[in-house]
Amino acid sequence: MSSPYRGLGVYAELTDRIEKSLSRFGIPRLIISGFLLLLFILALIMKMDLKILISDSLVRIGMNGILVLAMLPSLRCGAGLNFGLPVGVICGLLGGVLSLNWNITGFAGFFTAIAFSIPPAIIAGYLYALLLERVKGQEMMVGTYIGFSVVAGMCIFWLMAPIDNPALIFAIGGKGLRYTLTLNDTYAKILNNFLSFSLLGITIPTGLLLFFLLFCVLMYYFFRSKIGLAMTAVGANPMYAVSSGINVRKMRMSGIILSTVLAAIGIIVYSQSYGFLQLYTAPLYAAFPAMAAILIGGASLARASISHVLIGTILFQTLLTIALPVTQTILQGSDISEIARIIISNGMIIYALTRAERR
Amino acid sequence: MQEKTAPPTPRLEDRILAVLSRNAVPVFFAVLCLGGIIAARLDINFLVNEVLARLGRNSILVLSLLIPVMAGLGLNFGIVIGAMAGQIALIIITHYRLTGLTGICTAALLAIPFALLFGWLTALVLNKAKGREMVTGMILGFFANGLYQLVFLVLTGTVIPIKDEMLLLSSGIGVRNTVDLINVAGSLDRALDFLWNGLILVNWGPLRLGPWRVPVFTLVLTGLVCAATSFLIRTRLGQQMRAVGQDSRIAEVAGINVDRIRTTAIIISTILASWGQLVFLQNIGTMNTYNSHEQVGMFAIAALLVGGATTRRATIWNALIGVLLFHTLFVVSPLAGQKIFGIPQVGEYFRVFLAYGVIAVALALHAWQSSLRRKTAKQHGEKENSLESRPQD
Repeated sequence: MSSPYRGLGVYAELTDRIEKSLSRFGIPRLIISGFLLLLFILALIMKMDLKILISDSLVRIGMNGILVLAMLPSLRCGAGLNFGLPVGVICGLLGGVLSLNWNITGFAGFFTAIAFSIPPAIIAGYLYALLLERVKGQEMMVGTYIGFSVVAGMCIFWLMAPIDNPALIFAIGGKGLRYTLTLNDTYAKILNNFLSFSLLGITIPTGLLLFFLLFCVLMYYFFRSKIGLAMTAVGANPMYAVSSGINVRKMRMSGIILSTVLAAIGIIVYSQSYGFLQLYTAPLYAAFPAMAAILIGGASLARASISHVLIGTILFQTLLTIALPVTQTILQGSDISEIARIIISNGMIIYALTRAERR
Repeated sequence: MQEKTAPPTPRLEDRILAVLSRNAVPVFFAVLCLGGIIAARLDINFLVNEVLARLGRNSILVLSLLIPVMAGLGLNFGIVIGAMAGQIALIIITHYRLTGLTGICTAALLAIPFALLFGWLTALVLNKAKGREMVTGMILGFFANGLYQLVFLVLTGTVIPIKDEMLLLSSGIGVRNTVDLINVAGSLDRALDFLWNGLILVNWGPLRLGPWRVPVFTLVLTGLVCAATSFLIRTRLGQQMRAVGQDSRIAEVAGINVDRIRTTAIIISTILASWGQLVFLQNIGTMNTYNSHEQVGMFAIAALLVGGATTRRATIWNALIGVLLFHTLFVVSPLAGQKIFGIPQVGEYFRVFLAYGVIAVALALHAWQSSLRRKTAKQHGEKENSLESRPQD
């Protein structure tokens, strides 16, 4: 290349490379990261305590992580975003209520809750998957309303449940589980406090983060296994999967069941950190923040990986955690973090739904 | 199954059975309503009064769903956005202290440009998400709700320079959570009240019927919307919409601008929904600024489906019967829950469960049927394709 154009060539190459890496990084992810950076700078200017903000963010990342991870199998097996996440969440709550009813404390209680939530989650996930198999192409819409109606139906169950532990039921009337059940006497924050330590004033919830990472590693190896690879093939190209002898139906169903089971475990991890089991209508919109997080991480309906889960959870949860105190300090009382949450999470989902898929 | 073997002149029982099985959904809900009424030992006059009021205030919202169904867009969850346009108009007329019929008519006019803009934007998004219109419309409703809150909770009083003690929160920023619509409350319902004011009273054995309050003018308006809808179906535009709804690819080949037809359908639906929300709120009398619109889409869609509509086929009768049945159940179920289980909340949750459940079952059934049809079409397709010359390919 002759010398006069050389500079231009390098420039063009540079912009080209920037453009490519931008599109790989994703414009929405860029905007969200920029917004997050802005919030951190504002927090610094306002002389807010960054250590507390970061500690809180770490807790929120750990407590929501497994719920986000639950989106991965359903995206991978080609069923789209799992709008029916509340189905699994309800099973988790069921396990939690049982462990509370038997009054098992500490790690024993935590693992009892998980152990007793997995069988119902497998059954519910199987039934849910059977239904989704029949409504191919409309999984997301049907899933949403199945999730909603399961939550509403379970409201009646919580009211009529044959449980008479006075700590769990309404003080007046003698029937019906309370709206929120405290875990303070059993296993509240048991993961958060496990091996937790303080680093430069930042509290690290070691147990919580390790538990989340453990599940990420498990999922990573699952998707490297024979079943996991078959599942990915079904999601990526069903025709190819059929021609290489994979049982497409079975793989899609296992993906949805796995997603439901992860949701059940995820809500127990969430609850132990939050300190309460929230019953009744609380799980209604459980799927939305999880969907938003994995999409912010860069996943699309056609492609999703563990790294999307990790990046998305970190970005989205940090944003939500620090947006509240920062905007409250700046705007003196009026709270836009809730509004920001609604706009960002639903905006991300719309972005994913309107992007053209190559199938 | 039995109808298939029926002779050319079917017996009366067979014909009744056929009608029942074709309308299984409304019949099921009618039975549920009747059971509830009997279980709750409900006062008939109370029920009729309630259902008439609900028929008046909900019908237009449900009717606004019909046109997108016809154009193949499925159930328009985006009517929430139309409802927001109506509420924006109501906030404006409350700010300018317009009252009575003038007030509500101004609101109806003001709502049009907002609904036009919102409908156009909705259609832009939905045209990018073909095949996923319903789920996209639903999320779009949530998203628009975020923007709506941003405008009325944060920007009003700061960026939008309004000073209004009656409308704004005490801090001067943000619209109050409830806006009192006392100035326009009932103005449509009562516009023709001199014609009827609970005139008829019948003593029929032990049963005493009347007097009921009938929202005459609202029902007249509902009738007008019905007439306009059935007129629209017969026009050229209506035919094009149906063509697009049946098969958008064939419509495209036939020279119809599919995206434009779909946009028109959504805009009409959004405008009707904004008016529907005006009618709804003038009947209620107060507006929950940040909640009134949230549930609109879900309840309207559940009512339409209870009336026997599907995501591909919905008629005016589906809408009207649906409102009647769904709202009867809405009145009855808490009372029945109280009587049967002794816990009123059971009935309360039962009706929420019902609304969600109806939508879930209807959507699932429809998706199942269409996937079955696709399968059988595939099996038959191979035979037919070999016989046809297939000129279009």
